[in-house]
Formats: sequence, structure tokens, C-alpha cells
Amino acid sequence: MVSLSAPSISVAKPPAKTKQIIKIAYFSQERVVPAALSNLDPFIQNKGVMGAKIALEENNTTGKFTGQQYQLTKIIVPIKGDIKKAFLNHIPADINFVVVNLPVVKLKQLADLDAAQQKLLFDVTTRDDGLRGQQCRANVLHLQPSRAMRADALAQFMLKKRWKKWFLVTGSLDSDRLYGEAFKRAAKKFGLKIVAEKKWAHTYDARRTAQSDIPVFTQDIKDYDVLVVADEHGSFGEYLSYRTWLPRPIIGTQGLIATSWHLSHEQWGAVQMQNRFKEMAKRTMKEEDYGAYLAVKAIGEASVRTKTNQFIPIKNYLLSDQLVLQGYKGKSLSFRKWNGQLRQPILLAAPRSLVSVAPVEGFLHPKTELDTLGYDAPEARCEKKQ
Amino acid sequence: MKKWLLNLGLCFYFMTTVHAETVFVSLEKDNTIAIVDPIKGVLVKTVTVGQRPRGIEISPDNKQLYIATSDDDTIRIIDLKTLKEVGQLPSGEDPETFALSPKGDRLYVSNEDDSMVTVIDIANKKAIKTIKVGVEPEGIAVSPDNQWLVSASETTNMVHWINTKTLEITENTLVDPRPRALSFTQDSKQLWVTSEMAGTLMVLDVATKKIIQTIPLSIQGVNRDKILPVGVVINKQGTYAYVAMGAANRVAVINAKTFKVEKFLLVGQRVWNLAFSPDQQRLYTTNGMSNDISIIDLENHKVTKSVGVGRYPWGVAVTP
Repeated sequence: MVSLSAPSISVAKPPAKTKQIIKIAYFSQERVVPAALSNLDPFIQNKGVMGAKIALEENNTTGKFTGQQYQLTKIIVPIKGDIKKAFLNHIPADINFVVVNLPVVKLKQLADLDAAQQKLLFDVTTRDDGLRGQQCRANVLHLQPSRAMRADALAQFMLKKRWKKWFLVTGSLDSDRLYGEAFKRAAKKFGLKIVAEKKWAHTYDARRTAQSDIPVFTQDIKDYDVLVVADEHGSFGEYLSYRTWLPRPIIGTQGLIATSWHLSHEQWGAVQMQNRFKEMAKRTMKEEDYGAYLAVKAIGEASVRTKTNQFIPIKNYLLSDQLVLQGYKGKSLSFRKWNGQLRQPILLAAPRSLVSVAPVEGFLHPKTELDTLGYDAPEARCEKKQ
Repeated sequence: MKKWLLNLGLCFYFMTTVHAETVFVSLEKDNTIAIVDPIKGVLVKTVTVGQRPRGIEISPDNKQLYIATSDDDTIRIIDLKTLKEVGQLPSGEDPETFALSPKGDRLYVSNEDDSMVTVIDIANKKAIKTIKVGVEPEGIAVSPDNQWLVSASETTNMVHWINTKTLEITENTLVDPRPRALSFTQDSKQLWVTSEMAGTLMVLDVATKKIIQTIPLSIQGVNRDKILPVGVVINKQGTYAYVAMGAANRVAVINAKTFKVEKFLLVGQRVWNLAFSPDQQRLYTTNGMSNDISIIDLENHKVTKSVGVGRYPWGVAVTP
């Protein structure tokens, strides 16, 4: 049913009583259970798919009234399985919309397949700026805020608080280095100062780390307002609070975090979303669930507005200024044409309370304040989408 | 016993001091209703009603007040003479907004979490039907000619047209994203609907169920992100419509004949709901974040006063 010839978004209504079928795939791979830092948070294997599921139900409720029906095919590749093979074998040509929950490297492999060129992949988990910049793919949309967007969100709030001197602590992983770079970029962008920078290279044992190492680790940094930590896997960041030599707040990957969704978020109808999700999934909603929810909702919104199940008009609508996606954050969401990134407010949350929402009031932009977060059109490095 | 006497005392006080018009405001975070004398511009008293009061309506005979106490999962009936609760209606879970039939014999409730509308027979205090609608139904209204019940679902982005005789959905109109509130014109020929996400006001033709006009509610100097229209009302003469603009802290004044936005009136913070005075000379607004109501003089289109009422004013209803 792939039609490349459809010239515009106005498509004739289907004959009465025939349902228009919109096919969506959810593609993921089982994750290795990581070594736990503590037993507080159980590992969740089905992050993402539950969000897609609830969005599908909502789309089908709407579809009852529009004569459309949404089908979701779930493909979860086993840990040692071959993702490319699974993609080729299980996603036929008539499924054009694929929600992908995979790390950066694997997402790139799928996006570059010939079979993926007439599809639109909805990346619901990565936060990589490279994938939204020089290494961008024309067939991928990104639902999660990038590291640059998150760092900018925190920087706006810090500037408002006048906590202008940052002590940056990064972990040893590549992802930590990238988030650290995003913080440096944000500091420069908003006129904040990184007065000291250290890499965490100590052990991950709670007894040693927490009590003795952190005071020593932070003792020689004298003049800073806030400690910014980049530890995406949570290997040591949780130990920082209350243990620094000087009493300073922690922000970044622990303490005050920048996130697309949070269990404490209740404004703008979010409480309804949280309740619906909890009832269905028997757990709280996570970022990946929110990303997958938005992806499937975006497909629903575009197909309802264009009254079609055809790939090109739906894709064009998704990337147009007409898209007004509702995401329980008080502002309408849409995709940045220059890199396929979903523009969205970012929640700044402490473990059990929502502290602020970025863009923070007062940061202005000629088009939309949402574009004060991350790479704006003039800085975009993605040539495939220009 | 003492409390009862005290209440009784207050009631007498209330009855003797309130002349003509009275404004009732539900206070979401105080679990009370504020009673305001709009002519003097003063808060007369507050009455405790139940947990998280939101939707509020007054019976056509001005004898009873209905208040949705959301966290108690019920709609309470308050006698307007005594200000005492005289009964409850089986609203279903988490009632927020509801509408009364023109005669006041039926009450229609949006059940947001269950994607349903519950129809209640007021005299028997019984739910007589539930109607499946779209996801997160919120705005609900009955046409003055009692032909149509309309329900707007925020997540399905539709207005569902329900025949009041059969209580079945007969048509659906796709509208701009996150429709919040809707109001019929007095002649039942038009339905006005606000879209919170698109920042628009849509005028639907009741005969064809189609959108005949979409009015963008942009304000110079205010970012589009902050334009979050909610409540909408149209005056009886059909000359003006007013829209509460949420976080934009303004009420839009719209010429209902030309569909032109004539003016924006600055009111309190996060303005959500609106109600006319019975003589249509004034408009009352609930301002959730600034904990007050604004009084607008409709002859001159000027805000004349704001009255502090309590925490999170949500809905407003007026008796002559």
C-alpha cells in the first residue's frame, strides 16, 4: 500500500464502512539487566512498549469515529538476535511507521537499511546530539530531548536562580562525556561558568565511595554554586547529595534532572495520563513510554487530520507546521524540520517533586520559546533534512 | 449542635444581607464554595462542600446548586436557601464538568478517566445511561432548544453530538487539538468551541455540524505557547462572545457577528471559566493562580474589580 504518487494531503474519503487501516510496528530488543547500584528500582524490561500500547488504544477510540483502525505489530528481538534480519523479516513493506526503541548504534544500522528508506522510524529513546546533527538520517524522528536540550533546560533554570558557577563532574562512559560536553555548550550559550571539572574515576562501592571519597573528591574546589553531574548510568551520582565538602545542590543526571516525563508531573491534564498508564501497566510511566506514546499519537493525529493511511501525506503532515501534538505539557508539540527533533517542554524534577519546566519564563525566541532548547535552525548540522 | 446553630446564624445573616445578585465560586484547593456579592464587590462567606470542588451549576428555578466534588466521586446538591447539602447525584468517578438540561430535569457529566458521559435523572437521583465518547471528555453542553447534548473529548479532539431523545451519538466533528469548553448560541444555531493547544476558537454550524469559522486568538506581544483558551460564553443577544485565555491572563472579546477579536481584557492569572450576570451586564471570571475573580463591565468592556475568594477558584455560577 505504499503510494509515492499521492500528490497532496487531501485524499478522497474511503467508501463508506470500509475501515482505513494504519499499520505501525514497535521494534525493540531485550536488554541485558544491568548491575544494580541498589535494589530500590527494579529493572523494567517493557519500557516503551506500554506507552505505544496505550496510545494505540486511544487512536482506536478516535478511529471509531473517523473510520480508521490502528494496528500495532510488536517485534522484540532476543538479546543475541540479529536486529537487521528481524527488521527485514518481520516488517513488511506495508508497515511504514516503525517505533524504534534501540541504542544509537543499532538505530543507525536499521535506518540505513534499504528496506527502511520508505519508512519513518520514531526513535523513542536516544538523546544523542550527533544523531540529530552531522550523522542525522532523513527517515528518523526523535521523540526524546537531546542532551543539548536537557543541558540548556537546566542552564536556563540555574541562570534564573543565579547559580552561575558550575563544578562539572563526569563519569567514565562515553555517554557521560557527551552529556558533559552538552553542559559546557549550555554554559557558554547562557553565560554561565564552569569553574572546575573533574572526572569520576573511583570505585562504585557504596561504603567507600559515599562516606570517604566524595568529601575528599570535592574538597579542593572552593568557589562554586552548584555541582553538575553527568552520570547517565547512575554509577555514582546518587552518592553526591549531602556529601560534598561544601553544601551545594546537585543537578544533571541526579539531584535535579532534566527529563521528558516524570512521576511527579500532574499539570496540564498529565494526572489523567499518569492514572491511565498506571492502571494499564501496573507501574509508573517512564521516559521511553512517553516517547513511544507520543510517536503513536503523532501517527494517529496526522492520519486523522489528513484522512488517509498513505505514507507520504502522513509523513509530510508530521513534519509540517500544521501538526499540533498534545503531550500534557501545556504547549503544543511539533517536529523541528531541520533535524527531526520533537520540540517540547522539558521537566526539571527532583526525585519526588516537579521543580520547574523549561523553557523557563524570560528566555525569548522569535518563533517559539521551545527552540531556546538545543540546536536551533541556524546551528543545525543535519543536511539531509534541510 | 453548636456548629449547627452557628451555621444557622450565618445563614440568617447571609439571607438578610444578600440582595439581588449572588456569585458562587468553587474553590478547588479549599474544598469550599465562595459566595460573593458582585455589586459591593465583596466576599460574603465561604461554605465547605467536599473534596476538590470544580464544576458548578444552578438549577433553572434558582433553588438548587450542583457542585462536583471530584475527589469524593459525587455531585452534591446544595439548597440555596439554607446552603445545606440536600442530596447527592451518582456522577461516576472523578466528576469535573457537567451540564444541566434547559428544564433542569437532567444532568450530564463528563467522566474523564472512563471516556464516558453519564446521564442523571435529577428527580430520582439515578444514573439512567452512560454513553461511550472519546478519550478524556471535558467540555459538555446542552443546546437551549434541548435538541443536542455535545461532549468534547480532549485527547480524541472531537465534538460528539448526542441526540437528547435517544441518548446516542449521531455525529462527530473533528476539531482543533485539545478542545476544552463549548457553548451554544441562544438560538441553538451555532456551537462555539475552544482549542487549548491550537489557541483557536471554532464556530460550528449546528445544522451541518461543520466548522464555519476558526478564529485564531493571537495576542500581540504574547507568545503563541501561552495562548491557552478554555471557557467560552456568548451573550443572549448573540452580539458578543467572550473567551477565557488561561495562562495568557486575558479575556478575549469577540464580535459574534463578524467573528473579529475586538479586544483583550487583562484579568487575573490562569483564567479558566466565565459566567454572565443574569442581566448580562457583567461577566465574572475565575482566576485559578491569583485566587480571585474579576468582574467585567460589559457595557464598556472594562474590568472594574477583582475580588479575592480563596485558593484555586475553578467554576462560577450566578443567581439573580
